[in-house]
Amino acid sequence: MEGQKQVLERLRGAFRSGVTLPVHFRLTQLEAMMSLFEDNETRIVEAMHEDLAKPKFEAVLSEIEMVVNDLCYTISNLQTWMQPTYVGTNLATKLDDCFVRREPLGVVLIIGAWNYPLQLILLPLIGAIAAGNCAILKPSEISRATEKLLAELIPKYLSQECYAVICGGAEETKTLLENRFDHIFYTGSQSVARCILQAAAVHLTPVTLELGGKCPCLIYGRLDMKAAAKRLVWAKFFNAGQSCVAPDYVLCTAETRDMLLPFMKEALESFYGSEPQQSQDLGRIVTDRHWDRLVELLKKSEGKIVIGGESDKKTKYIAPTVVVDVKESDALMQEEIFGPILPILTIKSLDEGIIFINEREKPLALYAFSDESQVVTTVLERTSSGGFCSNDGIVHMSLVGLPFGGVGASGMGNYHSRWGFETFSHKRGCMLRSWLLERVNVLRYPPYNESNLSWLRWATTAKKKGWAGCSVM
Amino acid sequence: MEKQVVDGLREVFQSGRSKPLQYRKQQLRALHRLITERQADIEQALKQDLNRNTYNTSLFELISIENDIKSAERDMADWAAPRSVKKNLNSALDDVYIKPEPLGVVLIIGTWNYPWAMILQPLVGAIAAGNAAVLKPSELSEHSARLVKELLPLYLDKDMYQVVTGGVPETQELLKQRFDHIFYTGSSTVGKLVMEAAARHLTPVTLELGGKSPCYVDKNCDIAVACRRITWGKFANCGQTCIAPDYILCEPSIQDRIVEEIQKTLLEFYQKDPKSSPDYCRIINTRHFDRVLALMNECTIALGGESDCSQCYIAPTVLKDVLPHFKIMQEEIFGPLLPIVTVNGLSEAINFINAREKPLALYVFSSDKTVIKRMLTETSSGGVTVNDVLMHYTIDTLPFGGVGNSGMGRYHGRHTFDQLSHHRACLIKSFAMESLNDARYPPLTAARLSKAKFFTQHRLCSCSGICVWAVIATLLAIGLLVALIVVLI
Repeated sequence: MEGQKQVLERLRGAFRSGVTLPVHFRLTQLEAMMSLFEDNETRIVEAMHEDLAKPKFEAVLSEIEMVVNDLCYTISNLQTWMQPTYVGTNLATKLDDCFVRREPLGVVLIIGAWNYPLQLILLPLIGAIAAGNCAILKPSEISRATEKLLAELIPKYLSQECYAVICGGAEETKTLLENRFDHIFYTGSQSVARCILQAAAVHLTPVTLELGGKCPCLIYGRLDMKAAAKRLVWAKFFNAGQSCVAPDYVLCTAETRDMLLPFMKEALESFYGSEPQQSQDLGRIVTDRHWDRLVELLKKSEGKIVIGGESDKKTKYIAPTVVVDVKESDALMQEEIFGPILPILTIKSLDEGIIFINEREKPLALYAFSDESQVVTTVLERTSSGGFCSNDGIVHMSLVGLPFGGVGASGMGNYHSRWGFETFSHKRGCMLRSWLLERVNVLRYPPYNESNLSWLRWATTAKKKGWAGCSVM
Repeated sequence: MEKQVVDGLREVFQSGRSKPLQYRKQQLRALHRLITERQADIEQALKQDLNRNTYNTSLFELISIENDIKSAERDMADWAAPRSVKKNLNSALDDVYIKPEPLGVVLIIGTWNYPWAMILQPLVGAIAAGNAAVLKPSELSEHSARLVKELLPLYLDKDMYQVVTGGVPETQELLKQRFDHIFYTGSSTVGKLVMEAAARHLTPVTLELGGKSPCYVDKNCDIAVACRRITWGKFANCGQTCIAPDYILCEPSIQDRIVEEIQKTLLEFYQKDPKSSPDYCRIINTRHFDRVLALMNECTIALGGESDCSQCYIAPTVLKDVLPHFKIMQEEIFGPLLPIVTVNGLSEAINFINAREKPLALYVFSSDKTVIKRMLTETSSGGVTVNDVLMHYTIDTLPFGGVGNSGMGRYHGRHTFDQLSHHRACLIKSFAMESLNDARYPPLTAARLSKAKFFTQHRLCSCSGICVWAVIATLLAIGLLVALIVVLI
């Protein structure tokens, strides 16, 4: 079996041969990925069910559809994205061609995560392929069935010269990171991200880090309680709360909380029935270890459970749970929950909620629920986060036009559709100068004098919007 | 001390002072006044640091800073405005856009070869994007560092922008603090250390590094003009430019002609004795002087070669028949030595370039479009200028930055603004159309799933199924037919 170094050398050789450069090659690979989905939907759904008890609905909507959507959009637009973009020039450079070429980086490493084991590795791969790179995929070993499926299907559908899957745990990933890549794309936790950045620094490898954090959900002012409750509950308990953009905790006044809770109970019942453990539509916690962590958090919490709280280790089940009277110092507020437990903290004013959010690390997503546009605008203007969505949760991720990524502790860089293409490209600034006007170039040559400098200044200053400023002709 | 500086800046940043565009424009105008009112002082500092003359200073530093300031002031409203993006059916009634936001406190570490441009151009973008900033000028250009530290607080808001001077210990102390972005210009070696330090706090970085920028001169080109342009770009600032053409690649048949043309040009630019030309700079210090001089060992000097350590002077020097294994080909020269390495044609030149680290800049001189096309498509580099040198740096609509060992990230003009902003994805929804959302709620039914897929997809053609365009075209045709019938009746 090929070792990691051999795989890397093979891919580097393929990249150097130029095989990934033509648009036709890239489109063929993307279309092959499309066929992978068309031919294997059932197997994909089954694998994710095995890993996370992911309901078919969720597997199709949040994994298969997300990737297929991105594929279609990328296939339709790739030729346009690959065109050089011409930029404004000034008077002195009007005879020259100035443009930006988007070029592949080389061999990239994409490290996936277990919660959305397909889309978190294949969405970046779409960007990498579209941009003309070769890629090594390292799926999460925690979502074993999906890992195994990817290891089987990727070489079957995509070029084995250019794309490879390497499986393994922490040790294998550590060894992989000792190699030199042209970009590393990682989805996962902050602690591992630090190690990845340090490994990348050795080779000056640029990275994209899609991390997490506690995504706050501020609910304030006048609102449609029923709709708010449904959307909140859907976003929180999707994938049993194991989404990097799930609303982690709620901030609202006591009055809002008291009005919202009955609607939340109603929504949960309409989604999962009176006995959620029997519902086919609720996921499970990925491993015993993760289940233990969540149950421990709930035990340590000093809040009051008002919905749910039940759990069953054998099936890794935790009921959709809502906890109120949660304080800042509570166990539930010390780390990203990443499970079906929703703490509600009360605030007395919008200001208090915003200050609370700003005292913490910038989250990957921030939600504001209100029918008052002023409230939404205030929250948006006075906070920072990777992404923002008002009056709903998670769905901003599904829009191909929006970049998806974090800021500060929640990550760096972004992707999805065109953004993925840009992330995996080098934007090379190119200037094609004319041979003419050498007599004008004289202005910049020594021996220097005041008059030449004045002319240069005049000719090179950007005078109109969109014109380039040019410092030395 | 460094911690206090950063904490203080962060507090002021969080107060929201730099959010209004008016404030940012005010600061940029103040920065503009700094470089225009104190131009004479800046020129004097550069003369002491690098023996730079007045014109050189304006040409290579001040004009580019001024232009960046003018573009930022003029275009800031556009840059900072929300940018609309494509929606799907589900979000047809929503507001979907990308909102550029400041990052927070950025650290800008400058370098000594263009001590003002390398620190103030990133600062322009940092201010325009609404950040607070710490500037750490290079201690090697000590007069400029001292002057920046003195002048900045006299013009700019000292609660938002501060200068920290010092050497390695001070820089290391600064790098222990948490920043929201670190912008570093300098060597790849130190670039790695900066990135490692940034890793601790998960801080994103822009690294403007260097490398050996190759310059291929094709036999089909106007060699005289090519050599004038190369001579200008190579020996300006005494070769101490990150994008100076580091070495020439050419066929053996034109090597002598190249030497001859460079010789003519040098005479025109710096006269017989460049040492006494007011337009010729010096090496920054004795350590670099010794380093550059030692690179000449093993080489055949075709032009120049003279030096004077008391002035850190090295004459404009051309070395011929240089072999790939010579020391001068193992590191970035960063001095006024121009080696010529001969190759047998374009393919060999391309292979030579590709066998080495991706450079910050790449130059090709040719009148043959196929040569240019091959060079562009078969190599990689931060940027390219064809038929000239340095010039791609000077157009602020082009992104400037490296790739691979030559760096990551880009700046100049709007690109600095974008580099030092967070592009926040925003979806503004109302509570209306809740019935549409029913499709996504459990319990699962096939009908619900179909509906959810329809509203969230971005494709008009389901790639294995019905073409909606055909349906729309049919409907339009039917509509037109009905309209025609109505008209006729």
